[in-house]
Amino acid sequence: MSATNTKMQKLLTWVDERFPLTSSWKAHLSEYYAPKNFNFWYFFGSLALLVLVIQIVTGIFLVMHFKPDASVNASGVPVAFASVEYIMRDVPWGWLIRYMHSTGASAFFIVVYLHMFRGMIYGSYRKPRELIWIFGMIIFLCLMAEAFFGYLLPWGQMSYWGAQVIVNLFSAIPFIGPDLSLWLRGDYVVGDATLNRFFAFHVIAVPLVLVGLVVAHIIALHEVGSNNPDGVEIKKKKGADGIPLDGIPFHPYYTVKDIVGVVVFLMVFSIVIFFMPEAGGYFIEANNFFPADPLQTPPHIAPVWYFTPFYSILRAVTYPLFGIDAKFWGVVAMGASAIIFVFLPWLDRSPAKSIRYRGPIYKSFLAAFLVSFFTLGYLGVLPPTPARTLVSQLCAMVYFAFFLLMPVYSSIDKCKPEPDRVTEK
Amino acid sequence: MSCDEKVDCGRRRLLVATAALGGVAGVATVVPLVASMMPSERAKAAGAPVEADISKLLPGQMMTVEWRGKPVWIINRTPEMLASLKKIDDKVSDPNSDKPMQPDYCKNETRSIKPDILVAVGICTHLGCSPSERFKTGAESGIDPDWPGGFFCPCHGSTFDLAGRVYKSKPAPDNLEIPPHMYLGDARIVIGEDKTGA
Repeated sequence: MSATNTKMQKLLTWVDERFPLTSSWKAHLSEYYAPKNFNFWYFFGSLALLVLVIQIVTGIFLVMHFKPDASVNASGVPVAFASVEYIMRDVPWGWLIRYMHSTGASAFFIVVYLHMFRGMIYGSYRKPRELIWIFGMIIFLCLMAEAFFGYLLPWGQMSYWGAQVIVNLFSAIPFIGPDLSLWLRGDYVVGDATLNRFFAFHVIAVPLVLVGLVVAHIIALHEVGSNNPDGVEIKKKKGADGIPLDGIPFHPYYTVKDIVGVVVFLMVFSIVIFFMPEAGGYFIEANNFFPADPLQTPPHIAPVWYFTPFYSILRAVTYPLFGIDAKFWGVVAMGASAIIFVFLPWLDRSPAKSIRYRGPIYKSFLAAFLVSFFTLGYLGVLPPTPARTLVSQLCAMVYFAFFLLMPVYSSIDKCKPEPDRVTEK
Repeated sequence: MSCDEKVDCGRRRLLVATAALGGVAGVATVVPLVASMMPSERAKAAGAPVEADISKLLPGQMMTVEWRGKPVWIINRTPEMLASLKKIDDKVSDPNSDKPMQPDYCKNETRSIKPDILVAVGICTHLGCSPSERFKTGAESGIDPDWPGGFFCPCHGSTFDLAGRVYKSKPAPDNLEIPPHMYLGDARIVIGEDKTGA
């Protein structure tokens, strides 16, 4: 036993002299000190990493069978659409791999939205964590691009008309718009050229950027250390050994905690995959079981649920401004609604980071923001009516007011004093 | 850049100039990559005109042909349908087709060469969905009790009349596009080509 131990020790030393294995393990796991008071909200970072791995692994196996080809096969069905049906019916376990990937897309957004909400309520974006937040927000935007590109690939009716609408959004930009959307499509209509390039973006370009950003997100986090539900800096109170008094090593404490989260997540994930993989039309829309038909738009088209809050904001803008069409301002408002999160670190002037010590004004604004976000999301899946448009305009105002008025209300709010150390014993 | 004794200014200038030139060359390689995403020569050549036979198209009927991957509608309008156009001049945003959404020979009250036959690209000018026909009039259409017949875009609710003119305060900014087209005899239409050679 001890003979093998020394052999292993020798091997480890050999590696350590050539590669920072032990020191990296210590820096990022066994001697990375995280606050001891992490709660439920801290599951979602590691879960996002898990879903990323699920998407990459299932994606690799889907690419082995998928054909990004819009031409029509001998039976009159587009080859791309037929290859997805082939995966579902003929490839051994293909249905499982495909459903893992399609459910994984929705799971990714659920987990990331909860992860972002955690950052918002505990002020994790505040100094000195601005870069972690910015990397995170770019990850979120990449994720939206990744989901959009991926949704075209099955070449169903929703794939086709969704891509048609989104690519045409760019044509609303004055002067360069029409050429820009032509360049994005690579043809005068969404066609084979579009399908092939979306495949390239979905499978190579965006995932590479995504993985790089995730690494940057974690490196930045480990440089400054994690925030916590009390929003206090544990590095300010260190013991004689230089270790934060309220810190515990990430491994084994939080690796074990995260495994609990992973198990619960996988239970829910499996229930969806095995019993409701289309999630009632929310994860895979019914119209996407029809092959793309460039001559016929389905009677009702809506984006997948995770885009609907932003899509509602796009539709809410119905007035032209400065002599430019409403269409353009809708696109601007939609873009702004997704990007505005980036500025949170500078919009927030509150003396307290965590919601635990913030005053009633912030809490009311946050509640109003949540209500408007969910309402916009719900309206986004429904066809527009004049009344619904009015409600979505109101919600869009609340949505932007939460951010734009934050410098004012966060500085006048009555906050409770922050404690010196975390409150959990 | 300050030149003190420790810095060889000649070498530094050379380094800066080389790096700048190298950078320009590096950036220049982006051009072919970006340009490769524009429509290929094959895609550009694929816009050939198509022919349609309208001999079996009865009044009140509509047919769809594919031209450049887009749906092109051909509608044989009844006298009642044509009569409805004049009545809604004040409800549509560009009643006289002033915006160049049609060839000059279709810049008229019916937006067509022959008054009864409308040829239009069935793509909404908002975000490119294909509107659906709502030829039933009045409340039965589900749109408006005064609805005189026309088209409804399912994506964002734009409405068009039977000459493809867009109604006011709808997301779509322009009337439906009328493609260049011409007649080869009474019952055959060529879409994508006209006598002017466009």
